[in-house]
Amino acid sequence: MGLTLTQKILSAKVGREVKPGELIEVDVDMVLGNDVTAPVAIKEFEKIGIDRVFDNTKIALVPDHFVPNKDIKSAEQVNIMRKFAKKHGIVNFFEVGQMGIEHALLPEKGLVLPGDVVIGADSHTCTYGALTCFSTGVGSTDMAAAMATGKAWFKVPEAIKFVLKGNLQKWVSGKDVILYIIGKIGVDGALYKSMEFTGNIKALSIDDRFTIANMAIEAGAKNGIFDFDKITDAYVKGRAKREYKVFERDEDAEYSEVYEINLDEIRPQVAFPHLPENTRNIDEVGKVKIDQVVIGSCTNGRLSDMEIAYKILKGKKVHPDVRLLIFPATQEIYLECVKRGYIEEFIKAGAAVSTPTCGPCLGGHMGILAKGERALATTNRNFVGRMGHPESEVYLSSPAVAAASAIAGYIVSPEEV
Amino acid sequence: MQGKAIKYGDNIDTDVIIPARYLNTSDPQELAQHCMEDLDKEFKNKVQEGDILVVGENFGSGSSREHAPIAIKASGISCIIAKSFARIFFRNAINIGLPILECKEAVDGIEEGDIVLVDTDNGIIKNLTKGTEFKAQPFPDFIKEIMKYGGLINYVREKV
Ligand code: SF4
Repeated sequence: MGLTLTQKILSAKVGREVKPGELIEVDVDMVLGNDVTAPVAIKEFEKIGIDRVFDNTKIALVPDHFVPNKDIKSAEQVNIMRKFAKKHGIVNFFEVGQMGIEHALLPEKGLVLPGDVVIGADSHTCTYGALTCFSTGVGSTDMAAAMATGKAWFKVPEAIKFVLKGNLQKWVSGKDVILYIIGKIGVDGALYKSMEFTGNIKALSIDDRFTIANMAIEAGAKNGIFDFDKITDAYVKGRAKREYKVFERDEDAEYSEVYEINLDEIRPQVAFPHLPENTRNIDEVGKVKIDQVVIGSCTNGRLSDMEIAYKILKGKKVHPDVRLLIFPATQEIYLECVKRGYIEEFIKAGAAVSTPTCGPCLGGHMGILAKGERALATTNRNFVGRMGHPESEVYLSSPAVAAASAIAGYIVSPEEV
Repeated sequence: MQGKAIKYGDNIDTDVIIPARYLNTSDPQELAQHCMEDLDKEFKNKVQEGDILVVGENFGSGSSREHAPIAIKASGISCIIAKSFARIFFRNAINIGLPILECKEAVDGIEEGDIVLVDTDNGIIKNLTKGTEFKAQPFPDFIKEIMKYGGLINYVREKV
């Protein structure tokens, strides 16, 4: 029996052919933690009682959830990371001013590469699968153990194959593709499994692929992974500072399910509260009034997301009843937005533009919802209380729908503004 | 282990188990104070040491925050029985030494308040109130090892 892309990468690491369901221990190429999860991991690491990390170049510490620190407690958490990074000479610690949201930052810095095995104490670590590596979210204890040993345990996953056909319509992006898929298979549709994307992937930019792999976790998946092609190569080139390896799935690999996704048929999608699977075509949304719009996050805070928001907002005004918050995901993206004049247009339109942070995505700071308020966000989760009060609501969409809706004051298709 | 069942439904995510507004701390007792509060304000008053959480499909979905199983464990819950777990929650629970079992029949066959006895080594769940018994998949050996040491950190400390 042939192997899936994920099984191929894991087999190469273990040095023999692995089988789905089997428990394995593998060497990891990168271990990631943020200001919520790393302090817990550091505490656990210290209990192990060894005085050095396995490799000070293979650990990334990114304070992004509550930075610039919103209160004393979160400042203390980041301080734990900062001291640990100094003590162990961790090369990849990113201070405010250099940081970005972890899942936009690591690929941008060339820290995660094709063929890698990456674990991160953050569920959206699955984002890097866009670069044909195996990357998955774990907990703080896993992170602690991996910082000590360089290893992590996994159950080898089965996979679902998504064969992409055709091309995207105007105003339709990677976000719509993944919301469409989650709407089809449900929030536990890929539980414990890999989601492998193949077929006409050249219809998708690298940013679209990051967005799709990012939300694999919202279907319960262990990881999302794309085939390697020229687009991947172009992105990785110039960023990679070490060797990497390109893997391909076996022709006769076995999949638990195979879906054909016709990109031409996908309309802009909106996920209604309180689950990402509650998706509707934009044409079936009705008139949903909104109080706040958030454009940003590890799902949709990349340059192409900023560009589409700019195109829609340029010369327009945000509706007087709406607060529009825009968060470029990294300092590099922020700077590019400044150079290209996007920020000026955002501000003229009436948006508040922030330094990179997770902020409102997890209801942390910088845009919390009051009781009964409703937000449309380009983030990835619309759970109860995700962006603030337990009786507030979050709808999910692409940056195009979000920007158009900020102007209209209710959820609309970009075709209408 | 033996305790009274506390029961909830499907897709209970980590944002309701422990909301992000409390993630600026990692102190287990403080986290336990807010465990489940967006789902059930009464949870912290009704939970007693040793109680068993009985839940539906995809329990613990969402974020990787270990604060979720830590809050549950610190609130006194001794074991979770679910129809299924979200995978990061599953590994986090194992890694911090909180026993968890998957068994659809047991979840359907246990009501809130029933007294339940669990043997994780053999995967046996008994509903003492109703006199019924269910069989779950016992842990594979590697996970039994981690549990034996009370979690991944103690296990790693033994090995390095
Ligand atoms: S942007 Fe949101 S989903 Fe992404 S890492 Fe930050 S909190 Fe998590």
